Amino acid sequence: MRRSEQPRAGIGLKVATAFVFLFLYFPLLTIVFYAFTTQSAAFTFPPPGFTTRWFGVAFRDEDMWAALRLSLSVGSIATLVSIVLGGLLAGAVHRARFFGKNAIAFIVVLPIALPGIVTGIALRSTLSLAEFGFGFWTIVIGHVTFCIVIVYNNVVARLRRMSPNIVEASSDLGASGPQTFRYIVLPNLATAILAGGILAFALSFDEIIVTTFTAGQQQTLPIYIFSILFRPRAKPVTNVVAMLAIAITFVPILMAQILTRDPTSTPTRPRGE
Amino acid sequence: MAVNPEGAHTASTTGHRVSAFFHRHPGIRLLLFLLPGLLWLGVLYLGSLGSLVVYSLWSLEDFTGLVVRTFTTSTYRELLEPANYEIVLRTAGMAAAVTIACGVLAFPFAYFLTRYASPRMKTFLYIAVIMPLWSSYLVRALAWRSILAGEGVLMWVLERLGLDGVVRAMLGVPVVGGPSLVQSKISLFIVYVYLWLPFMILPVQAALERVPLSFVEASNDLGAHPGTTFRRIVLPLAKPGLVAGSIFTFSLTLGDFILPQLFGTSEFFLGQMVFVQQGVAGNLPLAAAFTFVAMAVMMLYLGAAKRAGAFEAL
Repeated sequence: MRRSEQPRAGIGLKVATAFVFLFLYFPLLTIVFYAFTTQSAAFTFPPPGFTTRWFGVAFRDEDMWAALRLSLSVGSIATLVSIVLGGLLAGAVHRARFFGKNAIAFIVVLPIALPGIVTGIALRSTLSLAEFGFGFWTIVIGHVTFCIVIVYNNVVARLRRMSPNIVEASSDLGASGPQTFRYIVLPNLATAILAGGILAFALSFDEIIVTTFTAGQQQTLPIYIFSILFRPRAKPVTNVVAMLAIAITFVPILMAQILTRDPTSTPTRPRGE
Repeated sequence: MAVNPEGAHTASTTGHRVSAFFHRHPGIRLLLFLLPGLLWLGVLYLGSLGSLVVYSLWSLEDFTGLVVRTFTTSTYRELLEPANYEIVLRTAGMAAAVTIACGVLAFPFAYFLTRYASPRMKTFLYIAVIMPLWSSYLVRALAWRSILAGEGVLMWVLERLGLDGVVRAMLGVPVVGGPSLVQSKISLFIVYVYLWLPFMILPVQAALERVPLSFVEASNDLGAHPGTTFRRIVLPLAKPGLVAGSIFTFSLTLGDFILPQLFGTSEFFLGQMVFVQQGVAGNLPLAAAFTFVAMAVMMLYLGAAKRAGAFEAL
């Protein structure tokens, strides 16, 4: 009865939804499309012809590989550090009640709530005051700062859903703290930590604002992409590298979404009801 | 464990001793959990923000180009020069326009997603919003260089529709126009809206999910026109979501310095100014003062958003 009374979406709403969907995805298609154009310096539509030669040009570029390697290693280390720091903070904030708890939740979010340029220039001025040479480790420091919140949010959300009874039951049955952690807490948190780690990695892999301020002479992949944008003679190479960057993050992000899907409330059901 | 029962036994007693110790001293355990993160965010990060404020209170000696480490308000007075405060106003104006446009586009999409989409459609659209959120913003912005190019897709379509004259007329308008579509504020605006739209859709959708269907039904049963129900029931309840989304759209536009280099006119935006002042110009105090303005604006915005209940909607 109620079902039949519920109005169907009007045509205007459907058109608006379809428009937004196209708006979000059509541009990604054009990236792929223009990676194959025969023009080297323009984006004429329709393109005069198609070629795969830009892939060869991109893959022969040693700078591209160096940038990719740097982004992968910075991302891996920043992710590991964020998992440790974000996980510990989540554990502390979740379990205990203490003075300044809300303040901690606030400063964890601050690096992503404030514009990236604030974080970037603040870290740069401090690191240069401390006469810390800009390079690999300064990039990692910048990335960890804004990646902590990603792991933290994922772990806090999972801890809220985890029943406190299972931890108590484990202690009552004689398990020590480390044992309870190893056999009870960790398996329950594993997918949340993994998902948080993947998202942190994706964020680190694509970041350019903070990185511009904390990098020395090295180029991460986004900085490399930005630098080749201004080479006038090989525009489609940028599209090839851009496709590569999308491909590297797309699958892991999809995985993270599947891992954090709440089995008791999929997005099809309203939260908290 | 079966291989070495003795070892397991010792390990478990050590484990028990450790847990007993922490059980008696919960404060120490808490401190160990908090310390690494607090050192990083509380000392390194907040300390950096503090040092930025200190830098903004120093000044640059014009002739030597060196930073004078005595406190002065002269750097902030420089911000009041027309060329400088116009940058702040221009950036805040762009951020506000982008935020409003994101709200207008996000709302119907989120509304459809929440109310009308079938479960499968819902999962599909939900993931479709999440994906761009995490993929490279530079890469996504790049796509628009080809779309908005003079001979690009958009102009091609508009020519077929006979609307290319409209675009040319818009480019002639003083504030929003420019020499070409890519080099106009219209394009900068479009790309910002495109980039930050998912940040608006998600909180709005989360807020709409929490609007109980029974409220809507009650309003309809009491004879309210669907438009009235929307204005008086749905919209007020979705407001925290809109405000939460606007934090991101506003903050991200305010601090960006990459896009104005790829799109738009030669007029500077705040992020660009910070970038140039700290880099090429070597005027870190002025860069810090500009950054402080962005930080202060965001702090005020976050305070207002908190009062509007946006933090519960995040």
